[in-house]
Amino acid sequence: MQIKNSQVLRTPNSPTPGRPVLFNPDICTGCNICVHFCMEDIFLPAPKKGEVPQILYPEECWYCGNCVDDCPEPGAIALNHPLMQRVRWKRKATGEHFRVR
Amino acid sequence: MADTLETTNGAVDPGVWPYPIRYGQVKKFESDVVILGGGVAGVWSAIGAARQGAKVILVEKSVTARSGAGGAGCDHWQWAADNPCSSVRPEELTQALIDNQGGYRNGVSTYIQCASAYRALLELEQMGGKVRDVDDEFKGAPFRDEASKLLFAYDYDARFVLRVWGNDYKPLLRRECRRLGVSIVDRVAATGLLTKDGQAGSQVIGATGVNARTGEFNLFKAGAVINCMSRPQRNWTFSSEMRGISTFRPPTNVGNGHAMAWRAGAEFTMMEKSMRSPFASPYSYPSYGVGNAINTWFACNVVDTNGKEIPWVDANGEVITEFDKRHRPARGQKFFIMGGGSSSHPHPGLKEHEGPKLIPDLAERMQKGEFVPPFYADLTSMPDHERRVIWGLNVGEEGKTRIPILQTYSEAGFDPEQDMLQTYDFLRGSGMREPVTPQERTFGEQGICGGMVVDWDLMSTLPGLFGAGDLIYGSQDYSHAAATGRYVGRRAALFAVEQNNGHCSQEQIEAEIDRVYAPLGNAIENGNAGMDWKELNAALCRVMQNYCSEPKNAELLDLAEIWLDDIAENEAHKMVADNPHKLMRALDVLDIMTCDRMIVHACKARKASNTHLHFNRLDYPEMDPPEWHKWITIRRDDEGTGTIVDDMPIAHWGDFESNYQARI
Repeated sequence: MQIKNSQVLRTPNSPTPGRPVLFNPDICTGCNICVHFCMEDIFLPAPKKGEVPQILYPEECWYCGNCVDDCPEPGAIALNHPLMQRVRWKRKATGEHFRVR
Repeated sequence: MADTLETTNGAVDPGVWPYPIRYGQVKKFESDVVILGGGVAGVWSAIGAARQGAKVILVEKSVTARSGAGGAGCDHWQWAADNPCSSVRPEELTQALIDNQGGYRNGVSTYIQCASAYRALLELEQMGGKVRDVDDEFKGAPFRDEASKLLFAYDYDARFVLRVWGNDYKPLLRRECRRLGVSIVDRVAATGLLTKDGQAGSQVIGATGVNARTGEFNLFKAGAVINCMSRPQRNWTFSSEMRGISTFRPPTNVGNGHAMAWRAGAEFTMMEKSMRSPFASPYSYPSYGVGNAINTWFACNVVDTNGKEIPWVDANGEVITEFDKRHRPARGQKFFIMGGGSSSHPHPGLKEHEGPKLIPDLAERMQKGEFVPPFYADLTSMPDHERRVIWGLNVGEEGKTRIPILQTYSEAGFDPEQDMLQTYDFLRGSGMREPVTPQERTFGEQGICGGMVVDWDLMSTLPGLFGAGDLIYGSQDYSHAAATGRYVGRRAALFAVEQNNGHCSQEQIEAEIDRVYAPLGNAIENGNAGMDWKELNAALCRVMQNYCSEPKNAELLDLAEIWLDDIAENEAHKMVADNPHKLMRALDVLDIMTCDRMIVHACKARKASNTHLHFNRLDYPEMDPPEWHKWITIRRDDEGTGTIVDDMPIAHWGDFESNYQARI
């Protein structure tokens, strides 16, 4: 592994163990509609046209999903439950186990 | 999913704030009616007032199209006894709901709900909302009225709770507000009430607010103010890292309306009620997102790990063998309320109205080996209509289910025809969710809680200040917010036309400007030495956990008050905020502190233990002494130095129908 000293940054820890909202930059157009509809105002508008909005306050996300529901580009945003809150289910016929991914 | 998508997740390069900064700039508004809080109650209040021809301004901390506890959806339209299929009259249902809470439920607003919820729903239909099964998805289902195509829940004989497609109701309500000419001011957090001549206890003539993106100060003068700001939350539990998922109602709901009405001198009641609950725990699972048999999931089959079905029992304790009987009253009952054991949780409520539920001795029978955990909600073995209505309508339309549950689980492969969703509620045999520590309590997160005292006009004890929705003491529900908003909008508009805009006190406005902007000044003066809103919120929760939890006594409550005074004097006024968003959060926490004080004062005032208020005083151990079966009211004195305690008879509202009919 080759990592230059100059590539290692003084980064703080993540403010939350969750990553509530994930963007697909290939689909997101940076229209900022999610920024408009967020109840908790966790986003900042996309800094430049064509970029994705930024998440400034992820720990304040209520996980309501309105950003996904009101997004005009299906697949641009995904709601992402924290790992510890991903629920399991069992297929009745086979007994196989699955969970939220 | 996480491997291919990206998130900035707080890792934003420090740079300048993207919105224009307008600290100290004052923008003035005037209207007949100003509504504070644009949730379900707020938009309906605006609609009610605008229909009277009033000039209406609606002020919302967040975004009206989606804000509030009902902004993300609604699946049950509760207590609509005015619908043509209901076999129970509004008077009878109101009384049953009150009795089911041991008397501690608001008769005025519950009656308004029971008598007009269906009318409000029909108006929503006119606005474009789907309220009946027009696509015949559930044709022939036992919960469907074939003539009207309305769908019902819980008690299929009584038919006073409807299943509705409420995911898009909030955007439709906002559109109706705009159509009626309501001015909507989004992203402005109301901070205080203006009173005549600046005196606490006087007529309310306006309000103040601060923009959560620009920091601009807003001044609203009005003939009437409607307080629609929901309830306090985060008084006992607060996770600084997982805050969003740790409140049942949106984290924007912190009791701003309670705090500012208290400062203005309005009377409150039932503030001593709080309860042990997992609802506010950061470890809670996504709402409605685990298998269970209550509320949105009523009356789902639950099986153990070997597929053995957990039996259901009715109010008489008799085992129910046919599925359909889970939705019918028990022998000797006229009707039941909700079912699944949740009607007045954690108390079973009155046997007379107790609904079917899973066996109450599941824990003991599990210990003996009769049932083996883990347990699962088994939609696969449900009748087809029931499976599709739970997974698809209820889960899908209910708040916070369309995307977080229905879409997320479906995309991960969950198939209700094949799969059984694990229930985390029964791992230890509990009938609800996982038990939590005694210190974890909720005030506004769950159930019926304390709030502003209102009369039959839904006006508070301060002239000109009205209330609707969850802010009103002893009430809850989406349809309650809709019905009371619709009603109070009209009452407030009628009141407003008779008022001359009173004299605003410049002194009061300047004092509020100083209070609102103090955290910004502290940040400049103290920089990193100051405390932020999160540390203060966490400390306040600790005070409430230690000294206002369960059980209580005078010494503990005195210590709670000493701590709150101490924090107010030494830490709270030094709190820092360095942008408009954090300023809003800082002001929220100051309001949480005010609500804590109200709660502690109310707890000190009730010198008796009370079952239905979940109130246990070690120094007054006798449960429910009859002389204390009354509402204890509190308000601050006009100087703001003490609390005035009074009481009201339990059924102080008089006759329901004549009082209501005189005002519609």
